[in-house]
Amino acid sequence: MTQPVLAQFMTELLSGRLKLVDLTQTLAPEFPTIVLPPEFGQAWPFRVEEISRYDERGPAWYWNNFSMSEHTGTHFDAPIHWVTGKDQPNNAVDSIPVDNFIAAACVINTSAESADNPDFLLTIDYVTRWEEQHGRIPERAWVLMRTDWSKRATPKDYLNMAEDGAHSPGPDAEVVPWLIRERNVHGFGTESIGTDAGQAHHLNPPYPCHYYMHGNNRYGLQCLTNLDQLPPQGAVIFAAPLKIRNGSGSPLRVLALAPSA
Amino acid sequence: MTAPLATPKKKNPVQRTRLATLPPGARSRSALGLTRAAAEGRFELQVCADCATVQYPPREVCGHCLSEQLDWQTVDNHGELIATTTLRHSNDLYFRERLPWRVGTVKMAAGPVVVAHVHEDCAASGTVRLTLKLDRSGQAVLHALPEQDTPNMNDAAQLRESTCDPKHRRVLVTDGKSAMGIAVARAMLDAGAAAVFLGDPTPWKTVAAYDTLIEDERVQPVDLDVTDTDSVDRLAASIGGKVDLLVNTASYLRGNPGEGGILGRKDVILARDAMEVNVLGLMRLAQAFGPGMRFRAADGTNHAVAWVNILSIHALAPLPARGAWSASMAAALSAALTLRAELAGTGVRVVNIFPGPIDEEWEQLTPPPKLSPAAVAKAIIHALKDGVEDVYVGDIAEEIRARLRENHKAVERELGQ
Ligand SMILES: [Zn+2]
Repeated sequence: MTQPVLAQFMTELLSGRLKLVDLTQTLAPEFPTIVLPPEFGQAWPFRVEEISRYDERGPAWYWNNFSMSEHTGTHFDAPIHWVTGKDQPNNAVDSIPVDNFIAAACVINTSAESADNPDFLLTIDYVTRWEEQHGRIPERAWVLMRTDWSKRATPKDYLNMAEDGAHSPGPDAEVVPWLIRERNVHGFGTESIGTDAGQAHHLNPPYPCHYYMHGNNRYGLQCLTNLDQLPPQGAVIFAAPLKIRNGSGSPLRVLALAPSA
Repeated sequence: MTAPLATPKKKNPVQRTRLATLPPGARSRSALGLTRAAAEGRFELQVCADCATVQYPPREVCGHCLSEQLDWQTVDNHGELIATTTLRHSNDLYFRERLPWRVGTVKMAAGPVVVAHVHEDCAASGTVRLTLKLDRSGQAVLHALPEQDTPNMNDAAQLRESTCDPKHRRVLVTDGKSAMGIAVARAMLDAGAAAVFLGDPTPWKTVAAYDTLIEDERVQPVDLDVTDTDSVDRLAASIGGKVDLLVNTASYLRGNPGEGGILGRKDVILARDAMEVNVLGLMRLAQAFGPGMRFRAADGTNHAVAWVNILSIHALAPLPARGAWSASMAAALSAALTLRAELAGTGVRVVNIFPGPIDEEWEQLTPPPKLSPAAVAKAIIHALKDGVEDVYVGDIAEEIRARLRENHKAVERELGQ
C-alpha cells in the first residue's frame, strides 16, 4: 500500500532523505545591485529603515520599512523585463501561471573554468559534454550555471569591475536558443548579478540570455547561491516571485528540494 | 609672538569630558546686523545716511542726529589701540574657563571707539586691524589683530575661539571618491589636519586618486554610503567620538541640463535619488554624528568644531533646467539651517558652502566659468580658518547672491530662461 504522494513527500522530508537548500542571498544594503551606465535609470539597492524596536516609536514591536528595485538581490526575471518579451502572453510576475513556479533543475558546474576565466562563456559543446556525463536535460527544467561566483569575498570581487565594465561568466549567444529549441528549458539561472555574462553587451545579440529567454516567454534567476549543494540532476526548484501588478521581476526566496547525498 | 599650537596629547580616558560652555549670546535686533556681516566675513558697521556718522554699537537711530536712516556699510577697519587689559577673573562660565583673556579699547579711523578682544601679538599700543568674527554662540564679536599677519597668529587661543581651524583636527570627508571629496581631503591634509577619514560609498569601484590618498598614513579609508542608514550608524559607532570636523561631500547630480526639470521627465526617480543623498543623507549623518560632536564641543584643543555642507547657489534660486536637483538643494539648505540651530547650543558651527557650477562630469555642457573642486576646497579651508559660516564661491554664486538682494524676481525670471 503506497502512501498518497504528498504524505510520502513529507515522510521523505522529515526523515532527512530529502533536504531543502536555500539558494537565496541575504538582502542587505551592501549586496551589490547591477550598475548601468550612469546616463540610464538605475535600480535601487536594498535599503532598510527601522520603524520601531520595542521603543518609543512602538513599545512592543519591531519592524522595518524597506525599499529596492524589482531586480535587487536574488531575483526572478519575467519575460516582460526584456523588450523581446513585451508581447508574450502572461509575461509579468502577476500573470505567470503558478505552475511555472515549481520546476526541475539541472546544475552545470563551470566553477573551475570560471575561476580561471571570469569571462567564461557556456557553450553548446560544454552542455552536450555535461549531458554525456549526467544525462539529457529534461523538458521545462531550469538550467542553473554554477560558477561559485556567490563565494566571492567582497562586493568588489563579486561585481569584478574593470575599466571596460564588469567581468563575470554567463552563457554564449548560441547555447541560449539551442537550450530553448532543442531542450525546451524553463529558464536560466546564475550566481552572478545577471543571467548574462558581465561583457554580454559585446555578444550578438547583446545580452543573449535576456534576448532569447524572455523572447520565448522563459524566465531568469540570478544572484543565486549554494548551487554547490545541488546534484547535477534531480533537484526541484520552488521560485515564486512577489505578485506585483505588471511587475517585470521580483526579489524572492528560492528553495531547492534535493535528495540528501 | 604666538607659539605654534602643540600636537594635542592623546585623550586621558579616565578624565571626564568637559561640556561646552558658551559666551553670552543675547543680542539686540540691531546688533544682529554685525552677525550678518561676520557670518560672511565682511566688516560692516552702521552708517547714518543723513550725517554720515559711523556708529558702534548698533542702535535703532543715529546717536548723533537721531535719524532712522542707518545703512550697513563696509568701513575702514583700522584703528589705534588706546588701552589693553588682561582679565584674570570672570564670573561668566565661558570666560572663567579661558582666562587670562585680553581685551582693549580701539579708536577707529572711521570714528567710533570700540571694545574688542585683543590678539596676543598686538603691541600695547599702535595700529590694529579690527575684524568681526562669530564666537561660539554664533554671534559677532570684534577681534583686534596686528596690523600685519604674524607667524602662527591663527594658533592664538583667543582667536581659535572664533575659528574652526583644521590644524591637528580629525576630519570626516563623507564621499572620498568624488572629485570634490578628493580635493577636500587633500586641502585638509595641507591645512594640518591630524587625520582624514575618507568615506567610500562604492567599494566595488576603483578610483585611482582615492587609492593614492589612502597611502598617506594620516588617511583612513572607511565604508560610508549616506543612503544606507546602517552604514552611517556603523561608521558613527566606530569613529563617532573622533570626528572634530565633518565635511559632507556626498552629493547627487545626474542628467544633462534640461533633462532634470519637472515636466521634462516622466518619473520622480531622479528627484528621489537626489533627495536620498542630498537631503536624507545629510539628516542620517546628523543623527549619527551630531550627538558625538555635540558632546565633544569642548574636548581639548582639537575639540569638535564644525560641520560643513557643500550645497549650491541654486539652493537659494532654482535652476529650472535642473529642477529636481535644485529642489533637493533647497531642502538640504533648510535641513542644514535646522542642524545649525540644533548644534548652536554647543558651539559646533554649521558652515554652508554655496558654489556656482563645478567643473565635473554632469556639468560638461554648462558653459564656463566653472569652479574646480580644488577651488571649492580652498574656500572651505578659508572659511574654517576665518570663522565664517556662509560662503558664496565663485563669480556666478556671488552674482546670484547679490542680485537676489537687489531683485529676486529678476533672478527667478532669468534663471528660468
Ligand atoms: Zn546721523
